Amino acid sequence: MADERNQTQEDILLDIQDLHVKYNTSDAVCYAVNGLNIQVKRGEVFGLVGETGAGKTTTALSILRLLPQRIGEIPQGKILFEGQDVVQMSEDQMRELRGSHISMIFQDPMTSLNPVLTVGDQIAEAIETHHQSMSKEEVQAKVDHVLKLVGIPPARKYEYPHQFSGGMKQRVVIAMALVCEPRLLIADEPTTALDVTVQNQVLDMMSNLKEELNTSMILITHDLGIVCQMCDHVAIMYAGKVIEQGTVYDIFDQSKPHHPYTIGLFGSLPSLQSDSKRLKPVMGLMPDPTDLPPGCEFHPRCGSCTETCKLKAPGVFQDGETHMIRCHLFSK
Amino acid sequence: MNEHTNVPLIQLKDLRKYFKTGAGTLHAVDDVNLTIQKGHTLGVVGESGCGKSTLGRTLLRLLPATSGEILYHGENILNYSAAAMKKTRSKMQMIFQDPYASLNPRLSISQIIAEPLKVNHVFQSKKEMDERILDLMDTVGLARRLANAYPHELDGGRRQRIGIARALALDPEFIVCDEPVSALDVSIQAQILNLMMDLQDQRGLTYLFITHDLSVVRHISSHIAVMYLGQVVEYAPSKELFQNPKHPYTKALLNAIPIPDLAYRDKPRELIHGEITSPIDPKPGCRFAARCPHATDACMGKGIPLRNVGSEHQVACVLYGQTTGE
Ligand SMILES: Nc1ncnc2c1ncn2[C@@H]1O[C@H](COP(=O)(O)OP(=O)(O)OP(=O)(O)O)[C@@H](O)[C@H]1O
Ligand SMILES: Nc1ncnc2c1ncn2[C@@H]1O[C@H](COP(=O)(O)OP(=O)(O)OP(=O)(O)O)[C@@H](O)[C@H]1O
Ligand SMILES: [Mg+2]
Ligand SMILES: [Mg+2]
Repeated sequence: MADERNQTQEDILLDIQDLHVKYNTSDAVCYAVNGLNIQVKRGEVFGLVGETGAGKTTTALSILRLLPQRIGEIPQGKILFEGQDVVQMSEDQMRELRGSHISMIFQDPMTSLNPVLTVGDQIAEAIETHHQSMSKEEVQAKVDHVLKLVGIPPARKYEYPHQFSGGMKQRVVIAMALVCEPRLLIADEPTTALDVTVQNQVLDMMSNLKEELNTSMILITHDLGIVCQMCDHVAIMYAGKVIEQGTVYDIFDQSKPHHPYTIGLFGSLPSLQSDSKRLKPVMGLMPDPTDLPPGCEFHPRCGSCTETCKLKAPGVFQDGETHMIRCHLFSK
Repeated sequence: MNEHTNVPLIQLKDLRKYFKTGAGTLHAVDDVNLTIQKGHTLGVVGESGCGKSTLGRTLLRLLPATSGEILYHGENILNYSAAAMKKTRSKMQMIFQDPYASLNPRLSISQIIAEPLKVNHVFQSKKEMDERILDLMDTVGLARRLANAYPHELDGGRRQRIGIARALALDPEFIVCDEPVSALDVSIQAQILNLMMDLQDQRGLTYLFITHDLSVVRHISSHIAVMYLGQVVEYAPSKELFQNPKHPYTKALLNAIPIPDLAYRDKPRELIHGEITSPIDPKPGCRFAARCPHATDACMGKGIPLRNVGSEHQVACVLYGQTTGE
């Protein structure tokens, strides 16, 4: 892959260009991702935030080409992983990629767990595929070690997934993803099932992975606290597009301009200080992805909506080098 | 509505749920005592795997209790016959942790909401039932056109609304909400929390609300119970718990909340160190001791009961309440 790319492109591990994904269901076509552009650098944590149904999981599944067969389709766009387009890869190449370079932690831990194998055997299997020279004893010692790291007593490795709570299953999946030492770790809501003390432990493990192996991460989460603490870059998605993107310092700086949806997102947070009883969510619902509104997708819910917003899709407003907002308020 | 108004809606006495495993007996819920007044929300927080879901499911008799009492309007439902329990169960509902797994993928939205109505033969005519279903969909903010859609076609927020509609179908008094909003983004989460609080106001609902999100639990609960490995280690009114946490585990929990503010970004993460005690045949003594910075010999050897440390504030820790007050 040695071509005449310059320094900055060398740093980019994953480059998604104009990605479109649709689901062809029996009665309608669902436009889940509609022209997504993101770049993930080596060793950086990239946060993907957005309302339910915004297309975050769909984006993640596209990177691994795990969209549901026949229904899910990528009609347009490129997903360049180390310069190679994942969309064009053969199934063999994909298996190699999934096995050793990209790991995913799914929203639902049972996607990755085998119900008829003990927890210990599953972690051992993951370790064996990645460290083939290890002896049986070394593998077992490592199983115990990673279980401890995720806060599960090693004595429980002989149990089956159904004997574990939701959060414990998720911890096992995280342990399995981390022993694979991937170059890209996609974590889809990895810690929502965990209490904050265990969450901290898991985030710490993920940070170590980044420090030690320069692993890049795409962190999909609803928790703006985690985004603020963990991420270097943040993209906020709405109806299958990135509507605001920047460094964590751009997004969490209240004095900078922001997309009205971003402002609404911060307004929805229950505060640990204030006592107001009702929360102020962004009113209304995500538009129906089978029937997206014309103009700006957010206009039906936007407090600052103008006539232009109803008719014309907004262009990109660049606020400094790193900060981008897709909104008519700024792009005159 | 009933004559004994002073009787709490729910009272748990020494409730236990143990599981037999290959390695020994797992103490998932161990001697839990809790009271919930009608119209109140009891928040339950604690480490993942500490027994919150098991507590909720045992309380609804979805799992057989090992021992103890579950008083509902002052009557022990563990003594109820199957027929009596069926009637009571329609008043006690559950919203599940996992909207993906808890909905039958082969049923349409309207069929899912219809299930409890059918099982309990609530309506004679299909027309009446269909009306009720559409009504419930309106209540929880689901567009009527989705009546014939299937769960996999919907996002997490709408799926959770189905779960709420299904739980409301039989007009319950009490709902165990197991992580109802943790899969949702903050804006939909706020909508669902507002919806649940409105429903509580309108219908006098009582909730047991299980969550990991401490800002959510503070927001919605009147009281909070903190659990650690099967036991309640602290109980207090919501505000009091946040202002004046006592148990070292509660303090660790509150310290670990990630704050969405750049000023906290470069602070080192506060981790709890030490071995996790196994819930399988645990030794008597404080189960947090192995990770507690204040642990002494006094913490081990005997059970540490919950003690009063203020009006309505209870803590299970040798640091507090040995003498009167602290
Ligand atoms: N298998 C499928 N068939 C049809 N539509 C689907 C399918 N999977 C997802 N969708 C639709 O695609 C859109 C994007 O869904 P996706 O799961 O990517 O959202 P998300 O951002 O991950 O949401 P959440 O925060 O709830 O996980 C939604 O409208 C969803 O209903
Ligand atoms: N069917 C079962 N057989 C054996 N052990 C079980 C079973 N169900 C739960 N457990 C164990 O009981 C304990 C409590 O589990 P529970 O699911 O109640 O935890 P939780 O507090 O709800 O956790 P989470 O926050 O992760 O959902 C755990 O140690 C779990 O492994
Ligand atoms: Mg998702
Ligand atoms: Mg649970």
